[in-house]
Amino acid sequence: MKHSIAMRVGPIGFRVGADWRLPITQLADLYRDYPQPHEGIPHFTVRLEARPRWRRFIRPNITLSGDYIIPDALPLPLAQGLLASEMAMNLQMALGQRHYLLLHAATVEREGKVLILTGESGSGKSTLAALLSERDWRLLGDEFALIETVTGFAWPFPRPVSLKNASIAEVAKHVATNRFGPLLTATPKGDVRHLIPNDQALGGMDTPALPALILFPRFGSDSAVREMGASEVFIRLTQASTNYVALGDSGYRALTSLVTQTPARAFDFPDTATGLNTVARLWNTLT
Amino acid sequence: MSAKLLCALLADPSKAATVSRAQWTAVLAIAHAERLAGSLAHRLAGLALPATVHSVLDAARINAESGRVQALWEVEMARRALAPLAIPVVLLKGSAFVAAGYDAGRGRLIGDLDILVPRTALDAVEHAILSAGWEWVKPDPYDDSYYRRWMHELPPLIHTARDRMIDIHHTILPLTARPTPNADVLLDNAVALDNGLRILSPTEMIVHAAAHLLADGELDGGLRNLWDIDRLLREFATDAGFADRLAASAAQHQLSHAVNRSLRLANMLYDTPVPPFSKRHLSDRLFIARLTARDSWGRNTRRPLRFAFYLRSHLLRMPPLQLLRHLWIKARR
Repeated sequence: MKHSIAMRVGPIGFRVGADWRLPITQLADLYRDYPQPHEGIPHFTVRLEARPRWRRFIRPNITLSGDYIIPDALPLPLAQGLLASEMAMNLQMALGQRHYLLLHAATVEREGKVLILTGESGSGKSTLAALLSERDWRLLGDEFALIETVTGFAWPFPRPVSLKNASIAEVAKHVATNRFGPLLTATPKGDVRHLIPNDQALGGMDTPALPALILFPRFGSDSAVREMGASEVFIRLTQASTNYVALGDSGYRALTSLVTQTPARAFDFPDTATGLNTVARLWNTLT
Repeated sequence: MSAKLLCALLADPSKAATVSRAQWTAVLAIAHAERLAGSLAHRLAGLALPATVHSVLDAARINAESGRVQALWEVEMARRALAPLAIPVVLLKGSAFVAAGYDAGRGRLIGDLDILVPRTALDAVEHAILSAGWEWVKPDPYDDSYYRRWMHELPPLIHTARDRMIDIHHTILPLTARPTPNADVLLDNAVALDNGLRILSPTEMIVHAAAHLLADGELDGGLRNLWDIDRLLREFATDAGFADRLAASAAQHQLSHAVNRSLRLANMLYDTPVPPFSKRHLSDRLFIARLTARDSWGRNTRRPLRFAFYLRSHLLRMPPLQLLRHLWIKARR
């Protein structure tokens, strides 16, 4: 395609082509410190296309496309190109990835052990992971936990962290401005701003580690911690996975061993400081 | 860049050793676009490949395998829904290949479940399927009456819980198309599987694939249809006298033209060993150009040629005046 870029995020190589220069320039800035795909061959092709072709010039509109597509994906305005490419890259992973069990989760690592934070959108997992990784933790990723089906290892996938709405200002208090992408307003997900992971996260993107704790945070209520049965954890993780069903037997085995070998808790938190304290306390008592 | 390298790799996996990195990137994108990644994965299994290529193809293979299990489950669901009717139910296309264990089913992505039933049983089948949890995909009065009057199948149905489509055919080409295959003969010749369902006879399976490729569409997904034909021909070619029976069957269903052209195209793209029915036509090159029209990003190319084939497909499907009326009604919506 006319404009394109390739990059590697953890073990996964992508190439993104676009009918416009703008999204590629923005990606080039956001991914400036990322390596190239192994051997120059990306796993996935992503296309940001003008469809029909006149939409390249008149009310420019990005249609998401690539190796894996969903027929009814809504197009996005050109100004939201970063979000479009993020969604298209996620789509390739969600539909095409079969080497790892994918969980919608943020993952951070400390002393060779991984904390998995999972929950629905708005649960606060991305915010907590972003803030933890500015302290003593290494960020593995804020969108997908990649659990290698054969080994059980959690692999890094440190894509730029996609902060939304109120969490943008919350994280901005702690991080230098040159690590932020442009603010995207009025997207289907509200305001979105990308945060480039720090050097520790990018430098460690080839180093996996074993999961040691699974937490289900929920932002907005008084502080509380709840124990969970293995079956509840299992069911909630199948719901959090984009490819559990498609993996068949290997997905079942990977998830079963993750759940039986890893302690799990649900917790509520009213503000980020309390949330971070709870994480620290649970980590120290359970791992 | 076109899809020709993909075809060459499918036909001769040993060529993998000579493919450059940039070419691999293109081949993978084109294979996904043509829905041939799973087939390529099976063909290249066991060869030394770049790690990423290996990983991508491995995923395609796992994908195809879970798709196969799902497709067989859909087959079983339809079998249970239709068993009380005690009518012949013939599986078509991908579902038939995997149910029969044919090589053509290896790595093949399977979309909808396609079945062929006697036209006289259509009302009973429709009722049984609707009672078993399927519903209409697009309940539009014009589409519905159009399908019922002119098409070779009912409007598509989708299962409410499993989200999978079923196409219920009573013959293999639209009634408006010029060739008129004999659906009774197809049903009579169909071969029973262990579970009581049937598949088309070997020759008619190829006749159907050729009809689907050349007499009923704009060649979208044509490389995969042609790959089906290649695999089927190689599977059946060992039967003595198969070529003659295929020719006779094609003639019986008024599809000699489509079958002959399919064999020539398969031979040109996949080196398929084919009987010398007819010499190459100059126009075969146009078909090859259309079939392989992809760029290194997996996008469609050769737009004028695609458009020409799009028009051709509609003219094949129905006479010009009827086509004008049909397109007019569709365009006004």
